Amino acid sequence: MTVKMRVEHVSKIFGSKPKSIIPKVRDGMEKDQILEETGHTVGVYDASMDINQGEIFVIMGLSGSGKSTLIRCLNMLNTPTDGSIYVDDENIVEYSPAQLKKYRQDKIAMVFQHFGLFDHRTVLGNVEYGLEIRGVDKEERKKISMRNIEIVGLKGYEDKYPGELSGGMQQRVGLARALANDPDILLMDEPFSALDPLIRREMQLELLDIQERLQKTIIFITHDVNEAFKIGDRVAVMKNGKVEQIGTPEAILESPANEYIENFIADIDRSKILQAEHVMIKPNALVSLKDGLNVAVREMEENGISSVFVVDRQRHVQGIVTIDDAVNGIRLKKSLSDVITTDIHMVKKDEYVNDLIPKALDSKYPLAVLGEEDRLEGFILRVHVLAGLVGDDIEENQTSTQAVTI
Amino acid sequence: MEGNFPEIQLEIGKYVENFVLWLNDVLEPFFDFIFLIASRAILSIEAGLMFLPWWVFIAIIFVLGWRFKSITAGVLYAGFMFLVGTFGLWDVLMTTIAIVLTSVITSLLLGIPLGIWMAFSKKFSFVMRPLLDAMQTMPSFVYLIPAIFFFGLGNVAAVFATLIYALPPVIRLTDLAIRNVDSEVIESAESFGSSKWQMLKKVQLPQALPTIMAGVNQTTMMALAMVVIASMVGAGGLGELVLVSINRIDLALGFEAGISIVFLAILIDRVTGGVAERFQKHRRAD
Repeated sequence: MTVKMRVEHVSKIFGSKPKSIIPKVRDGMEKDQILEETGHTVGVYDASMDINQGEIFVIMGLSGSGKSTLIRCLNMLNTPTDGSIYVDDENIVEYSPAQLKKYRQDKIAMVFQHFGLFDHRTVLGNVEYGLEIRGVDKEERKKISMRNIEIVGLKGYEDKYPGELSGGMQQRVGLARALANDPDILLMDEPFSALDPLIRREMQLELLDIQERLQKTIIFITHDVNEAFKIGDRVAVMKNGKVEQIGTPEAILESPANEYIENFIADIDRSKILQAEHVMIKPNALVSLKDGLNVAVREMEENGISSVFVVDRQRHVQGIVTIDDAVNGIRLKKSLSDVITTDIHMVKKDEYVNDLIPKALDSKYPLAVLGEEDRLEGFILRVHVLAGLVGDDIEENQTSTQAVTI
Repeated sequence: MEGNFPEIQLEIGKYVENFVLWLNDVLEPFFDFIFLIASRAILSIEAGLMFLPWWVFIAIIFVLGWRFKSITAGVLYAGFMFLVGTFGLWDVLMTTIAIVLTSVITSLLLGIPLGIWMAFSKKFSFVMRPLLDAMQTMPSFVYLIPAIFFFGLGNVAAVFATLIYALPPVIRLTDLAIRNVDSEVIESAESFGSSKWQMLKKVQLPQALPTIMAGVNQTTMMALAMVVIASMVGAGGLGELVLVSINRIDLALGFEAGISIVFLAILIDRVTGGVAERFQKHRRAD
């Protein structure tokens, strides 16, 4: 994985003599105290992070945490007071005005919380703006813009004015406008927080869809934990201008760095963030059809489990066999294929746990989790899915019940 | 007496007068040049208006009213102009319109760039603010005096006085409009790598246009008001007739000239207001 953007010790302080404030913050003076004594506002202090090519990197924090200030440093709408930002190994903080213009035109685009649309231009005119600034000729401009308008699902609205569209549609225009420049990096400053919850969910899914196709490097700001963990490949949590923790959603859920983050993620709905592969158990025992019933019984005995998945050579699931059926089968001299149960549910490994609930309720057996080419990668005990419904902790159940139920 | 003001005399009026006289001396060629251009402009506009057959002029007024307001408005404004003609004041009306147009066009040519400059330069804005306040609160008659110094009696002096009086609103509103463009809109233009000029041309001015048009409307109305007063320095047109009717205590003439000015004011206000609304059309309600 290559690093697209490297943020090193970036600080942004607002006021008349921002540089003089850095040592004070270093000495541990609090944000409020600095504001009171010097009139300077500490926006961001000593933020460092590596953002990888092609990932969605979410910066999460409450209002006043400095996340919007930080994202504006990444395209130099804010000039950092201290620190460096490397994009493709060039320090953009030291760019000349001409270089900066080129960087903004070619490499990076931004989507704004309140859309930042030009309401004197049509949808097409808005989407064309970046291309116009770069001097792309008229024909080409229109062609590229129409393609992007189509990507965001606004085909047919290109001659409308932003004022005539709903909030969700306006933000689609904002997204199309940013995408039209074909930037490597997409900055999104709370793009969905001005939208109502239903539209927001739809836009989140659509963003993930678009990302799958275009593979941009996306830096996404939000104050919503659920949103952050849902769409982020990695998440940075900010508080009072400082970065508190950076990690994958699972890593942060599993080991929050401090009490603040613990509280932050306390009311999060894990079943909507964790995917099947995060809660599945890797099978210790598997039986193949040609192994026969005796092998199946021995496997179950050795592992202390009461049922086992039966797979073929490519690890494609054929069914499941329980200990009772197996013992009966041996007595009646049946073969393994006679006694296996094929009535099992299979799920993809990237399905959200929340979406597994109906299947878990419906099934008597563990859910089989399939990975690439539908090979069996693991299984999920029903209790792990359903425990969430009564508020139990998934991780605890996972370890304690593993050996017993199957 | 004890309570009397001490005998300190600061003859500031004298200094200003001397300054204006000095200015007139030093810049005489410059003022002559301005005079030439301004009188040419007024004369050609007037000649142009006179050249138009009366019914063409009325048709133009109708179309303006119809396009920018409604068809009834078009009929109404055309009717107003026709009425002024029936008073026997057609030629005088054309003179007034010529002076107003010259003043307004000059005001916009000067005022919009000055407003833009104010929006971008704190220092310039700091200097201009009190100046604009003074320009707006100084009794408008006072401007007539330097106008006579510089340009003698006549229409050019009238345009000069009108200009000073009518300039502040368009400067102020241009400045305000540009500074008030939504910060996120500016940021988004900036984030695409716009140059300063592209930003001004493609984003700030178009976004500011509805407010600037409100300034144009105000400037035009003030110009019309001042043109009447400027008749005291020899401006022709409807104002001159008002002045004459006062001297002669001629109520009939006074009313005809007065009501003609009202008709013209309504026409100008509604049409420029309609243009401003047109620019506002696509904007969000908020």
